[in-house]
Amino acid sequence: MGRITLEKVTKSFGEVNVIPPLDLEIDDGEFVVFVGPSGCGKSTLLRLIAGLEDVTSGDIAIDGTNATELAPAQRGLAMVFQSYALYPHMSVRKNIAFPMKMAKLPEDEQKRRIDAAAKALNLTDYLDRRPGQLSGGQRQRVAIGRAIVREPQAFLFDEPLSNLDAALRVGMRLEIMELHKRLTTTMIYVTHDQVEAMTMADKIVVLRAGHIEQVGSPLDLYHAPRNEFVAGFIGSPKMNLIKGEVARSHGAATIGVRPEHIGVSTTEGPWQGVVGVAEHLGSDTFIHVHQHGMGDEPLTVRVDGEFTVKHGDRIFLTPDETKMHRFDTNGLRA
Amino acid sequence: MATQHSRAAARLMISPAVLLLLGWMLIPLCMTLYFSFLRYNLLMPGMEEFAGWTNYRFFLTDPAFMDALVNTLLLVGGVLVITTVGGTLLALLLDQPFWGQGIVRILVIAPFFVMPTVSALVWKNMFMNPVNGLFGHLFHWLGLQPYDFLSQAPLMSIIGIVSWQWLPFATLILLTAFQSLDQEQLEAAEMDGAPALSRFWYIMLPHLARAITVVILIQTIFLLSIFAEILVTTNGGPGTASTNLTYLIYMQSLLQFDVGGGSAGGVIAIILANIVAIFLMRMIGKNLDA
Repeated sequence: MGRITLEKVTKSFGEVNVIPPLDLEIDDGEFVVFVGPSGCGKSTLLRLIAGLEDVTSGDIAIDGTNATELAPAQRGLAMVFQSYALYPHMSVRKNIAFPMKMAKLPEDEQKRRIDAAAKALNLTDYLDRRPGQLSGGQRQRVAIGRAIVREPQAFLFDEPLSNLDAALRVGMRLEIMELHKRLTTTMIYVTHDQVEAMTMADKIVVLRAGHIEQVGSPLDLYHAPRNEFVAGFIGSPKMNLIKGEVARSHGAATIGVRPEHIGVSTTEGPWQGVVGVAEHLGSDTFIHVHQHGMGDEPLTVRVDGEFTVKHGDRIFLTPDETKMHRFDTNGLRA
Repeated sequence: MATQHSRAAARLMISPAVLLLLGWMLIPLCMTLYFSFLRYNLLMPGMEEFAGWTNYRFFLTDPAFMDALVNTLLLVGGVLVITTVGGTLLALLLDQPFWGQGIVRILVIAPFFVMPTVSALVWKNMFMNPVNGLFGHLFHWLGLQPYDFLSQAPLMSIIGIVSWQWLPFATLILLTAFQSLDQEQLEAAEMDGAPALSRFWYIMLPHLARAITVVILIQTIFLLSIFAEILVTTNGGPGTASTNLTYLIYMQSLLQFDVGGGSAGGVIAIILANIVAIFLMRMIGKNLDA
């Protein structure tokens, strides 16, 4: 069971208020991702839940019991750190056994859980090595193993993949999702990478400057961003946000159109512009289009990989009216 | 870069330094070896003659030799225990954030900058003197008989003085080791349910192992040759109660003018130091491997 409730939680470091009053509900078994630009307080929020930082005011409840004053170890949560935080002088086996040793579990139970975790994480052959002799991905798995054997109420991940190279990151992402499906334990995952957030989460919490901008499923956030910030943050490449005359003609202060929701033609369309840089990904091509009268920012447009245009070509764009997002002067969804 | 030519040039350029170091080391060593086989007394200059192993036999069978050997080991061991244990605890304390940290750290390092003769004299006259010393006054104030440290417990007193000098060194090295400990490891251990004492035992101490090894090795080198503190406080007495090997060699060669005997003692001290070094490396040397 891992139901975590935050009620009016605030955190200040001296004069600086990092987290303004914040309420959040995390259901049992959910995979929740905190996402936001760096410095938005997402790691601080995770550390508050873990108990590594004291809350300035407010309450944190885990499974209905107030955990605000509990020591980190008593909250029944396990954390995987960005630097893995393995104990360098202990073998992999001892690293994984450490939390059980602290909990004074019987030897045979310890051994059973270590073997099970090692098998699940492909670490069986490495149990007697030191962390220094392992690759980044293996270290990451040891850190996860150390968390699993505690059989915690919830797992906390603090940007666990940011030290891995791109290929390994995709692999570990799948492994963590697989793990969540198998254990069905609550997981809270902090990242600044919106692709990780979109692919992994049941529920995404978008944070900016300690404020929760929006909470919802990845597709909710994609289809109905509550404000301009979320609209610009979720989705890759970024949504095109257009102000001015063009926006007013569509009845909003700002309109947002995703690159994948713009049709491209060489002959006709309501908007026209000049092709700038084209990024070829093979399956798709992202074209940056400079246009007149719609701000200085080029529009990003996705076209099929077969579509060929040259730098400087004049093209016509047709936004999909039904998938257009409209925002009022305060940046809120209209 | 590393062509034949540049390598030859490099050898040529470092050769003066190598030769200087070799000469500096080898000439005194060879002269000591040579003197140790001579009957060489400063009171009878020009009467040197070959004496075979006599000097060694006399030095080794001197009843003071065993005392000096035991004292040397006690002195080194005692100071090592006090400074490493005390240094670890002090470093742990100084690593905590508190008001006035900078000043306190400088104050803690200060004893290391005091010259051995000066600090020993300060301890002898201002602290341990039974009539004028602070400890004497303290005993008086408590209504106790003043304790004459340097005559009643001479070796212990010297261990205390030397420990006071070397504690800052150990503290400084161990403090930097503490500061290089990854905070996330401590947090992970905290999450894993390790109470403060376990965190110290399982995470901090293993992290300090290498630094402690360095402290022990460096200090042993210097502690084997403690001299000034003994000279200005007890003169090795009462009897031989605070005589170590260095001091015994000094007495032999400069108080009894027996250069041959002193040199033999010096050679024996070199051999003993090497034995100590071999034992140390066996015991803790593996900590230095990466």
